This record gives sequence, C-alpha cells and structure tokens, in this order.
Amino acid sequence: MKAVITVLGNDRIGIIYNVTKILAEYDVNILDISQTILQGYFTMVMIVDIEKCTIQFEELQKKLHDKGVEMDLNIRIQHQQIFNSMHNI
Amino acid sequence: MLNFDSIMQTISMIEKQKLDIRTITMGISLMDCADSDGEKARKQIYDKIVEKAGHLVEVGEAIEREFGVPIIHKRISVTPISIVAGASNDKDYVKFAEVLDKAAKDVGVNFIGGFSALVHKGYTKGDEILIKSIPEALAVTDTVCSSVNVGSTKTGINMDAVKQMGQIIVDTANRTADRDSIGCAKLVVFANAVEDNPFMAGAFHGVGEPDCVINVGVSGPGVVKTALESCKGAPFDVVANTIKKTAFQITRVGQLVASEASKRLGVPFGIVDLSLAPTPAVGDSIARILEEIGLEHCGAPGTTAALAMLNDAVKKGGIMASSHVGGLSGAFIPVSEDEGMIEAARIGALTLEKLEAMTCVCSVGLDMIAVPGDTSWQTISGIIADEVAIGMINNKTTAVRLIPAVGKSVGDEVSFGGLLGSAPIIPVNKYKCDELVSRGGRIPAPVHSMRN
Repeated sequence: MKAVITVLGNDRIGIIYNVTKILAEYDVNILDISQTILQGYFTMVMIVDIEKCTIQFEELQKKLHDKGVEMDLNIRIQHQQIFNSMHNI
Repeated sequence: MLNFDSIMQTISMIEKQKLDIRTITMGISLMDCADSDGEKARKQIYDKIVEKAGHLVEVGEAIEREFGVPIIHKRISVTPISIVAGASNDKDYVKFAEVLDKAAKDVGVNFIGGFSALVHKGYTKGDEILIKSIPEALAVTDTVCSSVNVGSTKTGINMDAVKQMGQIIVDTANRTADRDSIGCAKLVVFANAVEDNPFMAGAFHGVGEPDCVINVGVSGPGVVKTALESCKGAPFDVVANTIKKTAFQITRVGQLVASEASKRLGVPFGIVDLSLAPTPAVGDSIARILEEIGLEHCGAPGTTAALAMLNDAVKKGGIMASSHVGGLSGAFIPVSEDEGMIEAARIGALTLEKLEAMTCVCSVGLDMIAVPGDTSWQTISGIIADEVAIGMINNKTTAVRLIPAVGKSVGDEVSFGGLLGSAPIIPVNKYKCDELVSRGGRIPAPVHSMRN
C-alpha cells in the first residue's frame, strides 16, 4: 500500500529530518521524494510504502500531523489511490 | 505515474477550493418491514435501519481520514413510507416519521429521506394518510425529509395533488413558524422524481432499487470556478472543455469513495450523482461560476445560457469518470444554500421568474426560495403547477422547495443555519390563479410520452 505525504509551510531547518525520523521509526519506506519552494512556501511531496508500517495508518497520520503543528507546517498523509483516480485514466 | 504538480493540484483543490464529497447516502428498502400492526412495522423499520446503517458514519469517517478528502454528510434514504405504512391500519403516520428520526439520530446521520409519496397518477390510502401527516411530521422531527411526486412525463400532472401540496406547504410553514418555517426546507414537491437520488431533501429509496445500496453525491463548485479563472476571455468551447475536465476529476474522487464505502460496508454500489452542490460558504457557489463566465450578477440576461452549458459540461465530464451515474446529476441552484445566489436575490438581480427559467436547464428546480409568509396556498400551488409542467414537457426532474416564511415579507430574511443557509424573501407575482388551481383532475401526459 502506497501513500502520499505532503508538507507545506515556511521553510526552516530540519523539516525533512523530522518527517523522515518518524517514518524510519515505524518502518515506512520512502520511494520518492521531491521538494521545491512554491511562491515562498516550502512544498514537499513524498511517496511512501506503508505496507510494513508498524502502527495503524491513523496513528501515523496523527504523529505526522502533531509534528506539523509543532513545527508550524501542514503535514498530510493520504492513500495514493485518490491521486491516481484523479490524474490517471 | 504521479507527478509533483498533479499531487499539489489535488491538495489545493481540497485545501483551498473546498473539494469534498457532499454525501454518502445509504438506500435501505423497508418493503419487508410492512405490517398490519403499525407498532410492529415501526419496530421492524427501526431495527433494519440500525442493522444496515450502524457502521455508515464510522466507515465514512475512516475513508475521509485515509483519503484525505472531506465527506460532509452521511445520510439514509428509505422506501417511500406511504408504501410501507400503507399496509398498517394506522390513520396517521407521524409515528413513522418519529421512528425514522430516532433511527437516524441513533446511527448518527444528519438527515433521513423517504417520508414520501408517489402520486403522479393518483392516491392510494397510504398516500392520502402520509400527505396529511407531513406538516406535523416535519414539525416534530429534526432529521426527517419528505417528498411528494405529483407529475411525470409518462403520466402527466396530478392537479389534485398540486392543489393539496400548496395547502400542505403553507400548513408546514405555520407549524414551524417559530423557526423561520424550517419545516418547508425539508419538503420537496417533484416531477419525474428519481429513485436513486442521494441528495436531501428529495432522497428516497425507489421500489426498483436493491435491498440496500450505497449512492454518492459529489460536489465542487469552488474547483470549477478556480479552473475557469484561467479561461478569462476564452470562447465557450474552451470554457465547456475546462468544466468537463474538472468535473471528470471531481467525479473520479466520488467513484473512489463510493466503491470503497461499498466494499467496506458490504453493500452494493449504486450510483454516483454528478452534481455541483453549493454551500453557503464563500468559494462554494454555483452563482460565482456563472459570474466567472461573464455575468455581473447571477440572474442577469445570459444566466440561463451559462447554466445550460455548465449543467451539460458537468454531465459530459462526469459520465466517463464513473461506472454508474444516476440521481439528479447536474448543477443545483438552491438559493439559500448558495452565497452568490443569496447576494443576487438580495440586490434584486435574481427573481422568481428568472429562477423558473433556470430550472428548465439545471438539474432540479425552484429550490430553497423564501417567499412572503402571506403568499396564498393557491399561488404556491400555481408555482408548483408551472414547475411540474416544465419537468413533464422537458423530460427532466423538476422540484419545488419553497419556504413561505410566516410573518415575514419582501426585504426580510430567513436564517436556518448550517448548510441550509439563509435567504432574503423574494417577491411573488401578486395576480391570482385560484380558479386554475381549484379545477383539480389530471393534466394528460404529453404526446412525446408515447414512445413505445
């Protein structure tokens, strides 16, 4: 099962470090990562494999969200299917 | 393969443009709950709803979290109660409405539709009792929605029912006068009602439907408006194509949610309703799409043409995105639920007559329109007759959901709160139609109904 993580907010030191730390801790494998500054905003998209994740999707979502609140970022994780549905026929 | 831009486009649609799934509606047949003992029937109705829909809200919320797309409503539609309750010896069906209300509240849905009767050709005993019970049923319940089908292309118009529904609407308004006549916001009079509509207040579970089914209604006016912002000055071909592409993407989300909900609940998937449903929130308005196409205000000359194109393009885009399309599918124009329409009505740009013209090309009809509280029931019946005639002749669903706001007149406003929104009272033609309404009988089906 693949999921998409998106991180939006003001650029600062340690964003990738803090997000990937959580992913490593719960055995979430990063398949693809890309990042840019869009209209002054830090924007990162990660495609991850959550097949072997050691916690429930909901818990992982909460941990990422809480980290986002702590760092003043908007961090979302969504099943990849929604993006596939909308953009691929 | 997904790329960065398409992922960010989806995120932006959800975060900024209010893309959402408007409703997951579970249709439940209550045919097997009928009983000559009303008490027994009601127990069976309660038990069946709770059994089938017990996990609906929980599953809806899980899908919402995992896919990251808001699902605003989880709702239930049931077999028209006139059919189910008709088997009982009861002389009043208010208790049936109360049991629906209790079941809806216990499973956590915000509306339950199906306190309905289909009388386009005539009344059964159950229809008669149900229609008489509507005003009280809507006054004593919170979640129950009612609808009555009074005409169709195939059968013509039941003018006795048109006459009666004018009275029922006024009575319903009076019984909920202390709450801006909110009862009328839960009552729809239809022509060509569809059996798989997931949207309230007109949803009911038709007799041709399976025992239990999942229908999904999508939304997304904000997404369409944003897409059109990039087509300033472009010809209509470009505008229509842009709407089609956007509607396709929106509907794909609906299809995904519908099939996922169907799988998790173990209930067959019915249809996706490709509707652009507005809310009173800024950025979630059909009127603003029409304005983006080039109108100073919704209601200006050109509005009907813009709406016709929008309605058609939404269908064309959505139809390929879903395996089964149904319900009403198109653009809704409920005045009180659309921020741009509220403004247009307030400044007088949008009139009842223009709204009637718009209903010839939109997906439903005269929806959530507040009229003066002293409007006579005959005038309301006359408005219903006109609207039903449009549906009958044009082979489309039309509906009337008017709110004669008791004690209020033009210039005042009603406010229902939440998604039902608020609306200025708009003027109604003051000339009478009493004699026409009092005739009763049936308007024969039009010649193009003979298709066999």
